[in-house]
Amino acid sequence: MRFNKILRNTLLVILACFALSACATKKVSTQMQGDVYTGTDTVEYLASGVPDRVFFATNESVLTTASRETLRKQASWLRKNSKITIVLEGHADERGTREYNLALGERRANAAKDYLMTYGISSDRISVLSYGKERPVDSGSNPLAWSKNRRSVTVKAN
Amino acid sequence: MKKKILLFILLIVPFHSHALIEVDITRGNLNPLPVAVSPLSIDEKTKKKFNEILNKKDIGAEISSIVERNLKTSGLFNPLDNKAFLQKPDIANLKPRFEDWKLIKAQALITGKVSYENEKLRVEFRLWDILAGREMMALAFTTVPTNWRRVGHIITDKVYERLTGEKGYFDTRIIYVAEDGPKTSRIKKLAIMDQDGSNNKFLTLGNELVLTPRFNPTSQMVTYLSYFRNLPRVYLLDIETGTQEVVGDFPGMTFAPRFSPDGKKIIMSFAKDGNSDIYTMDLENRVVDRITNHPSIDTSPSYSPDGKYICFNSDRSGYQQIYIMDSSGKNVKRISFGNGLYGTPVWSPRGDLIAFTKLHKGKFYIGVMRTDGSGERLLTENFYQEAPSWSPNGRVLIFYRETKTDDQGKGFSAKLWSIDLTGYNERQVLTPTDASDPSWSSLLSN
Repeated sequence: MRFNKILRNTLLVILACFALSACATKKVSTQMQGDVYTGTDTVEYLASGVPDRVFFATNESVLTTASRETLRKQASWLRKNSKITIVLEGHADERGTREYNLALGERRANAAKDYLMTYGISSDRISVLSYGKERPVDSGSNPLAWSKNRRSVTVKAN
Repeated sequence: MKKKILLFILLIVPFHSHALIEVDITRGNLNPLPVAVSPLSIDEKTKKKFNEILNKKDIGAEISSIVERNLKTSGLFNPLDNKAFLQKPDIANLKPRFEDWKLIKAQALITGKVSYENEKLRVEFRLWDILAGREMMALAFTTVPTNWRRVGHIITDKVYERLTGEKGYFDTRIIYVAEDGPKTSRIKKLAIMDQDGSNNKFLTLGNELVLTPRFNPTSQMVTYLSYFRNLPRVYLLDIETGTQEVVGDFPGMTFAPRFSPDGKKIIMSFAKDGNSDIYTMDLENRVVDRITNHPSIDTSPSYSPDGKYICFNSDRSGYQQIYIMDSSGKNVKRISFGNGLYGTPVWSPRGDLIAFTKLHKGKFYIGVMRTDGSGERLLTENFYQEAPSWSPNGRVLIFYRETKTDDQGKGFSAKLWSIDLTGYNERQVLTPTDASDPSWSSLLSN
């Protein structure tokens, strides 16, 4: 009896493990496209429906389709709130040298800035600040964590 | 502030060209030279005096143990256990019984004597060749008592130089970034310590993020990046007086600073509109020169020791690679062609090599290559490590290493490590807190 119970519990645990790991892998694949983060875990909102950040592929500063959509939402919110000024904070993941990452963060934030400007936001309202790899949002050492950290975050400055 | 050490030579024994002891430092040293460091002899009265001043029971033994630790850390020497020593320190210093030292397999012997003269610490020491049975060197130093640690480092430098034929690197300091707090919001402070980790001192309070401090090779000035008022800019700090100032008046982020070999210029990156280029500023006349002008990222510049060339990091080929150019910015030439990405090139003070960080297949390496890119050698591999800095004699590299965190994002740490140019003798350099971005000073005395 007792042995059976142990066996059953063990089986249950093993099954649970399988289920969990399946979930975990599924979660990863739905949160990343290529190696660009597409999830919403770390995203905050400047206003209802206006996400504050865009994500990048490794070593890249090219805006994805999703990033451009997010930035268009930010532009339209900024046009409606013409007194608001912003800081674009550019970040890199931990898998690069510190100095190169500072430059890369600056390049990413400027990619976002350029896009906002093409949608009518004056450069006077935008400043850029690169943190390189100094301020990750996720302290993990895995591809999903790194994808969340490769980002440009739009922060209200006033 | 700066306490000069007076150095005078007691006796110079003519150097014989057929000296028996020679340490070859060009190869990894698998058979470190057995050396006996006899405690510096000291009489009871002097012991008491220094115990009053420095709160050290036996300053002679303390100085000797610094020499011993330094020699051991170099990887080239094997200091023998002093419990096995048969001769008393005072007698050994007068005239060692070479047979006794041969018996414990010592090939070199260091002896000496500490005295207190005119409120100063006076140390004499001798280096003996056991096999040849003769004195190789004898020197004496006088300094303020609080400088006692430096005496130990200078003795090591002299011994190292006499036995290897190259300058030492022990009377030096390391400036670095001390780190604390969670990975997502690290507190960073500038810190400075002796090469062996003692006399650690924090130079900033941690109110703003600071990165990449580098020594001026000719003075006690430091250049670094500070996020003071959220404006990342290159700063200049005088570590004697504590005064600091922004370098130049740039309308954007300046970063990756280093001094020119003569200490008169700062070379750095300036980022504007998504593009980073390399600039210099003359510290005397404040003239700013643009060195590169390319739509790619150009950063991590480092001068050759003669000041004629600059190596730097650029992604103009699509990915991070190492380039060299004339100091004017002309004749840009890519030199890294191996697999993977290359960053943080630093020119050796000897001029012949460039140290770098390499990322390949998810691993980070510290390596060296010749200045034309040939002869690449990877010295160490790890999950994450970068930013090598050369010892002033170009024989040792110090860098930092970060650990992988676990599934919960816990277990992060950053530590300083050193490794010989040969790829041997990898060691952690102990720091009171986590640490990164080390920079090695020049020799403080010569």
